[in-house]
Amino acid sequence: MEYKKLEETTFEDYRKMGLKAGLEIHQQLLTSKKLFCRCPVIIPYSNKYDAEILRHMRPTLSELGEYDGTALMEFKTKKEIIYQINGESVCTYEMDDTPPFELNEEALDIAIEITNLLNCNMVSEIHIARKQYLDGSIPTGFQRTTILGIDGWIPYKKRKIGIIQLGLEEDACREVSDIGHTRVYRTDRLGVPLIEMVTYPDIRTPREAFDIAQILRHLVRSTGKVRTGIGAARQDVNVSVKGGRRNEIKGVPRIPMIPLLIHNEAFRQLNLLRIKEKLKKRGIKQSNFKHFAYDVTGILQNTRYYPIEKAVSKKSKVSAVLLKGYRGILSMKIQPETTFAKEISDRVRVIACLDKLPNIIHSDMESETLSSTEWQRVKKFANAEEKDTLVLVWGNEEDVETASNEIAIRAKEAIDGVPNETRRALPNGTNEFERILPGPNRMYPDTDLPPLAITEERIKRIVSQAPDPPWAAEKRYLKMKLSRELAAQMSIAPERPLFEKVLSETNIRPKTLASFIISNLRRMRKDGILTNFSEERFISTLKEITRNRVIEEAIPMIVEKTCGKEMLEPAEAILEYRPDENKGIEAEIRELVGQIEPIPIERNKLNHYVMGKVMERYRGKIRGKRILAIVDSILKEIHSSTK
Amino acid sequence: MPSEKYKGYRGKSRACLKSFSVGVWYDVEIDSTRGKFKGIILPRSETADSKHIVLKLRNGYNVGLAVDTIKDIKELGHKEAHYKIPEKKFPYNPGKPSVKLLGTGGTIASRLDYRTGAVIPAFSPGELYSSVPELAEICNLETEKLYGVFSENMGPEQWIGTALAIGKEIERGVDGIVIGHGTDTMHHTAAILSFMVQDSPIPIVMVGSQRSSDRPSSDAAINLINATRSAGIGDIAEVMVCMFGPTSDQYGLLHRGTRVRKMHSSYRSTFRTIGDIPLAMVDRNRFIHLRKDYKKRRKDRNVKINAVFDDRVAIVYYYPNMKPDIIEALIDNGYKGIVIAGTGLGHVNKPLYPVLKRASKNGVHIYMTVQTLWGYVQMYVYDTGRDLMDLGVIPAANMLPEVAYVKLGWALGQSTDREKVKEIMLTPVAGEITEREPHNGYLIFQGGIPEVDKFISSLKK
Repeated sequence: MEYKKLEETTFEDYRKMGLKAGLEIHQQLLTSKKLFCRCPVIIPYSNKYDAEILRHMRPTLSELGEYDGTALMEFKTKKEIIYQINGESVCTYEMDDTPPFELNEEALDIAIEITNLLNCNMVSEIHIARKQYLDGSIPTGFQRTTILGIDGWIPYKKRKIGIIQLGLEEDACREVSDIGHTRVYRTDRLGVPLIEMVTYPDIRTPREAFDIAQILRHLVRSTGKVRTGIGAARQDVNVSVKGGRRNEIKGVPRIPMIPLLIHNEAFRQLNLLRIKEKLKKRGIKQSNFKHFAYDVTGILQNTRYYPIEKAVSKKSKVSAVLLKGYRGILSMKIQPETTFAKEISDRVRVIACLDKLPNIIHSDMESETLSSTEWQRVKKFANAEEKDTLVLVWGNEEDVETASNEIAIRAKEAIDGVPNETRRALPNGTNEFERILPGPNRMYPDTDLPPLAITEERIKRIVSQAPDPPWAAEKRYLKMKLSRELAAQMSIAPERPLFEKVLSETNIRPKTLASFIISNLRRMRKDGILTNFSEERFISTLKEITRNRVIEEAIPMIVEKTCGKEMLEPAEAILEYRPDENKGIEAEIRELVGQIEPIPIERNKLNHYVMGKVMERYRGKIRGKRILAIVDSILKEIHSSTK
Repeated sequence: MPSEKYKGYRGKSRACLKSFSVGVWYDVEIDSTRGKFKGIILPRSETADSKHIVLKLRNGYNVGLAVDTIKDIKELGHKEAHYKIPEKKFPYNPGKPSVKLLGTGGTIASRLDYRTGAVIPAFSPGELYSSVPELAEICNLETEKLYGVFSENMGPEQWIGTALAIGKEIERGVDGIVIGHGTDTMHHTAAILSFMVQDSPIPIVMVGSQRSSDRPSSDAAINLINATRSAGIGDIAEVMVCMFGPTSDQYGLLHRGTRVRKMHSSYRSTFRTIGDIPLAMVDRNRFIHLRKDYKKRRKDRNVKINAVFDDRVAIVYYYPNMKPDIIEALIDNGYKGIVIAGTGLGHVNKPLYPVLKRASKNGVHIYMTVQTLWGYVQMYVYDTGRDLMDLGVIPAANMLPEVAYVKLGWALGQSTDREKVKEIMLTPVAGEITEREPHNGYLIFQGGIPEVDKFISSLKK
């Protein structure tokens, strides 16, 4: 299938390519402290740091006695990892100089609540595992993680989307930079409790992935116990097509990016499969794949191709990797705007740490690189035939050796089509290689902490205090006469616990309250108007409002007075909005309209103008509808009298 | 083996496994009141309760299922795991020095133990080579497992055994010795070996790790590389401890065996030379010697091994309001030596005077050290000190309490004569008593002070 735009691709197209996608959603929990130590969670994060430490990572054996592929890859990169330490948010635990403290019970309770919400089979005893990460994003070299439940589901349209597992784990460091053999991390985010929700690959189209990511996001937010804001939730997307292999696209910061990422990854895999077919036709197999690496530094001493000229002047080495029978392959399109050469260049960048681009050139390139005589000399030196391709890479000797191996490894992988990789989401909806996809071999039991039983009593306590799932709440809200849209919004709103609490303590109409929360309160809090907001103040304000039958429109103004800067007492704040204060309002409006100079504008505009003037004074004191009726009738009178 | 089949399970959980005819390493599907779970039954830690069965799920995670919730267990297959570090033959290179690694246990090389859920030591040249291949670039390595114990279980028997093994290796002609040891009591062993093995012609380097070698961030590999280099090509022929200098992966420090102490329960940089400066810094490329007064490597094989120990010795850590009965108990139980870790310059309270006098009269050798760790005992400054000396308590200069303890046991292994023991105790053998304390021998930066914090933050890594 040729590349099509996302919006032009149909359900049938995706069905034909056998698209399968699944989501992994990481969501930080709203706790005051970290998961395995007593450090405070300080957000927003700070770029200030007080000290730095340096570490290296080495691969270790899994519990089943194997080395993990990702671990070995990271070891090849020979990175020096530097951690920046902020004394306020980090202790010796995050530095891996102190063993873990007991698991944060608050975080565990929240995770249990969500495990239940996602209809998972809950385990009876949690065992902390170490999930290896040799990229350095965690100073221990592993993430402490545990499974709370498996095989859950969430409703989606008329089917169920399966949840493979729900885990509770510590968040990793924030990467600052990764240049050459040095990677720098900040440690403040490290250890923040988060849950990982993994769906089965039940998703068939990019659009479905978007919907399901939204549902999961709203679902967990409805508990009111998860963090919101930038970086509080991060998505990974697993994608494969028929004949391809699972690739994990990591770190998608925003859900709206998901569809295009899946779409482009599907086509990337289709294109890799096309290369597989081509190589097959050429008779190239794993068993007869041939490559040779040559030192061509001497030949290119006088080249004018700037990157290599510069490398040669710095006494770097230039290596030519001959890929037998690969002519044209590197120029084949893989993603919009990239060719197979980019897949190779990515590997060289990540694994050999040759990160100044371009880091490779090849003999099938159309753009100007070496002169044709230089290419001829390199080809001759390498005994290249017409059907072969040469890839050149340059840098310090050790890195070039790693790179030459990597070039061959990636080229050889093309014979099987799509390698399992972890890929990084790019802002334009494409992706690039990040690392080899890790397998179950990276799991290892954490010997520092004993297992912890999750008793029936604990689950009962949490579930009894937890709100009902959004889909149940939505039905309940419809019965309370909320509009369809409002019921849906409220059922997944983070303010839902507040909504329920206010309803149970006041006589306010559910519809009025929901509408106020969704359309006003959220914005007012975000804008920082409600500096003195507390549930208690809010509830007593609403009590006063309902007791005095103040009209709906007045609620934002009164709440601003009680919970904002002024901090008025509710009884005081509602004074001017009490309905009995509004007797004789018609006379007042009549007077006001009289004061407005007749202006030569059209009638309907005049109506609008007068209404605005009147509303300035009476907003919240009398229903807008009634004011409109009064104004209308007055204007009618005036007009009919002036006609 | 029937016990292997239910490894770690007892009571209810064992009965449950039996009733469904399954055991550890069975691949099963468990139907429970909390839903279905598929995975491999793992052995259970013996210290864990008997109410749960541990399952390794397909995703690699382990979970526990309560026996009470289990309705049915269906057997799907069998898959036994063998956690084993691959063995690769350690290459021989005639141009490289020969180093002998003596293993006593500890976390330098370890693997998972399903019985306790903790890590247990594992160790062979082949295993070490496959986990730390860099060793082959340094030396020809031979290993011998002397003991497989955590360091808290090291004692006189193991000290003597290790000293004798060292003597044998020196005689055999190795170029250096590395001793793998748990870190908790590494400084006790380093001290006693400094006394039992004197005038060694080759380096004797003790090493361990603060993060076990089954972690990617372990300090084990770097410590081992540094120790092996120090033993194989280093010039300092003393008993030393080689461990991380800073917490960063930068360099190791070589500490003299009698002046070193573990100072933090978990930091990588836990070992510190107390009241003096270390011998040298070592990393993958070089040695930086910090002092000149060390014993140099020699070609001869003349070493004095004096492996004796009388274990009727105790350390008494003084605290205010200590009652005499503690010391009474030691006398009555036949103890021959007491090292007091006294307050300040070396003091205890008055109520202890009579019992100390009785101890001294009964032939108990009593030595005073300081619980401040840094600084000398000085018993002339206050009356208390003078009184104590009159009672027979002998000041042990700036010997660390643990060092004085092992030295007293060693001295009593040679003599019970009061004067002879005193002579052995107060004559420095390997730097355990120094004539002077350099100004930079006591440096504990106080965090929070602006100038200190500034220095720390300017110190890249």
